[in-house]
Amino acid sequence: MNLSKLAYQLRRDVVDMIVAGKGGHIGGDMSVMEVLVTLYFHEMNVTPENFATGQHDHFVMSKGHSVEALYAVLAAKGFFPRERVMKEFSQFGSPFIGHPNNKLPGIEMNSGALGHGLPVAVGMALAERINGSPNRVYVVMGDGEQAEGSVWEGAMSGANYKLGNLCAILDRNRLQISGSTEDVMALENLKAKWTAFGWNVIDVADGNSVAQLQDAFAAAKACTNQPSLVLANTVKGKGSSVMENKASWHHHVPNAEEYAHIMADLKQHEEEA
Amino acid sequence: MTNVANKQMICDVLMQAAKTDKDIVVLCSDSRGSASATPFAKAFPEQFVEVGIAEQDLVGIAAGMARCGKRTFPMSPACFITARSYEQCKVDVAYSHTNVKLIGISGGVSYGALGMSHHSAQDIACMSSIPGMRVYLPSDCHQTKKLMEVLVKDLEPAYIRVGRNAVPEVYSEDNCPFEMDKATVIQQGSDVALIACGEMVLYAKQAADILKAQGISAYVLDMYCVKPLDTAAVIKAASETKAVVTIEEHSPFGGMGSMVAQVVAANCPRKVLTLALPDTPVITGTSLEVFKHYGLTGDGIAAKAKELLNA
Ligand SMILES: Cc1ncc(C[n+]2csc(CCOP(=O)(O)OP(=O)(O)O)c2C)c(N)n1
Ligand SMILES: [Mg+2]
Repeated sequence: MNLSKLAYQLRRDVVDMIVAGKGGHIGGDMSVMEVLVTLYFHEMNVTPENFATGQHDHFVMSKGHSVEALYAVLAAKGFFPRERVMKEFSQFGSPFIGHPNNKLPGIEMNSGALGHGLPVAVGMALAERINGSPNRVYVVMGDGEQAEGSVWEGAMSGANYKLGNLCAILDRNRLQISGSTEDVMALENLKAKWTAFGWNVIDVADGNSVAQLQDAFAAAKACTNQPSLVLANTVKGKGSSVMENKASWHHHVPNAEEYAHIMADLKQHEEEA
Repeated sequence: MTNVANKQMICDVLMQAAKTDKDIVVLCSDSRGSASATPFAKAFPEQFVEVGIAEQDLVGIAAGMARCGKRTFPMSPACFITARSYEQCKVDVAYSHTNVKLIGISGGVSYGALGMSHHSAQDIACMSSIPGMRVYLPSDCHQTKKLMEVLVKDLEPAYIRVGRNAVPEVYSEDNCPFEMDKATVIQQGSDVALIACGEMVLYAKQAADILKAQGISAYVLDMYCVKPLDTAAVIKAASETKAVVTIEEHSPFGGMGSMVAQVVAANCPRKVLTLALPDTPVITGTSLEVFKHYGLTGDGIAAKAKELLNA
């Protein structure tokens, strides 16, 4: 399967979902899409079948606001019908709410409040090590999210317990709601910080490249005595010049004109991928 | 219906006050847009502090600055500023007695379909149970203005919860009776007392109109001052009626209704029905859809009040 093509195809689902649901966090959905597609279709051992048994790799969406991207990927993976989530997202009475919820198949932990995912993932990795299980744990965080103190508490505990079965992915799209992360609350030098905290940091120059992400996850797996951080340098709003690198597109809902432009751009990327 | 949201009104009052009071400081946690504080940040860069997505830091910094002479107004979603920063609110603000006004925006179920992580249905309970913390839920923009004009000047900690969107007016610009820490009597009545706070006041008022058409006389009280609760007003409303209904956008436990029930039970026993959100993650929907679903609009409140009187 051409995962780069799939990523662009699923981006279109996300746009449709957000337009129909009249809300969503489009910018971060677009930046994280290749990360999710690579995890679910290449890296992680998780399927609708093994999910039901409890024996599978674990995933936590710490930046829970990017739930639309997760829904699109989970639907493509067969966890629930694509038509359902496309139609019901954010509608009255729907189970497809604006953040991950474990009443839905494929989702293990509820999130939405930033800074929770890493400590939870540390707990999962600790338990699976005690269980003697080969199951690995993956968690996706935002870069703005790095300002939460609990992220660094989890960073410390993950390294303290030498959790080689834990892989955190940082969606380094350089933007949060109020603007550039470096203007709002400077994060750099992120690589040095995570390294100093005891993590195996894998710098991915293009975090929207499936090939580069595949290599990064392989490198993470090879490091068994330390947790790994995949520092994925991504583009917020990736896929269309209408929204790329624009803070205002954090949770903007495209109007008709923007919609047409975005969909055309995404289709073209899909063809070229 | 005005198009001024209560959070917008808070920022308007702060903008006005900041012109002459250089000690006023607004703090945000990547929340300036949702708090309507972007104009403040632009107009008063020296009186604005951004902390990033770090609500504990937000409240701690606000407390530290207050200790050193500032009047601080941290503004962040109600769910995060109360739950995530609860210990900072308790220890650094209330216990250390710093002049911090905690502004919880988009409170209750304002965030609708974003789900329980973003709802604050326990903030009245958790903030009210902190010694020294005052809790206010203004009902409309006019009342918000009057409340904030007092709060920008006083020196005590407080938590103020407002919703996300502009809500229909309960009062008008030239008719907004307001006395600090005294509930506002919206109308007198002799059958049932409807005591509400925040956005529920509007629906209590609508319920009173519906009841009136059915020959039932409702006493309507706007209990914007949840803590200190205006106990005299509760006793008066209960004493002049046969039953009490409280309405709030909150968990059924430990909220304004619980406090009213305590006062009524101790002073003038009557049946008290506490209408609130359910003890479960609420159904997916907009605030209005959620309110309707759980009977927290005019119709639902009126029906319950009637049932109570007939019981
Ligand atoms: C504890 C907490 N505080 C605030 C928010 C509101 N919020 C939702 S998304 C967001 C910005 C996130 O930025 P970032 O982590 O960079 O995510 P991305 O750019 O990938 O969308 C904020 C502040 C939240 N969800 N949780
Ligand atoms: Mg970001």
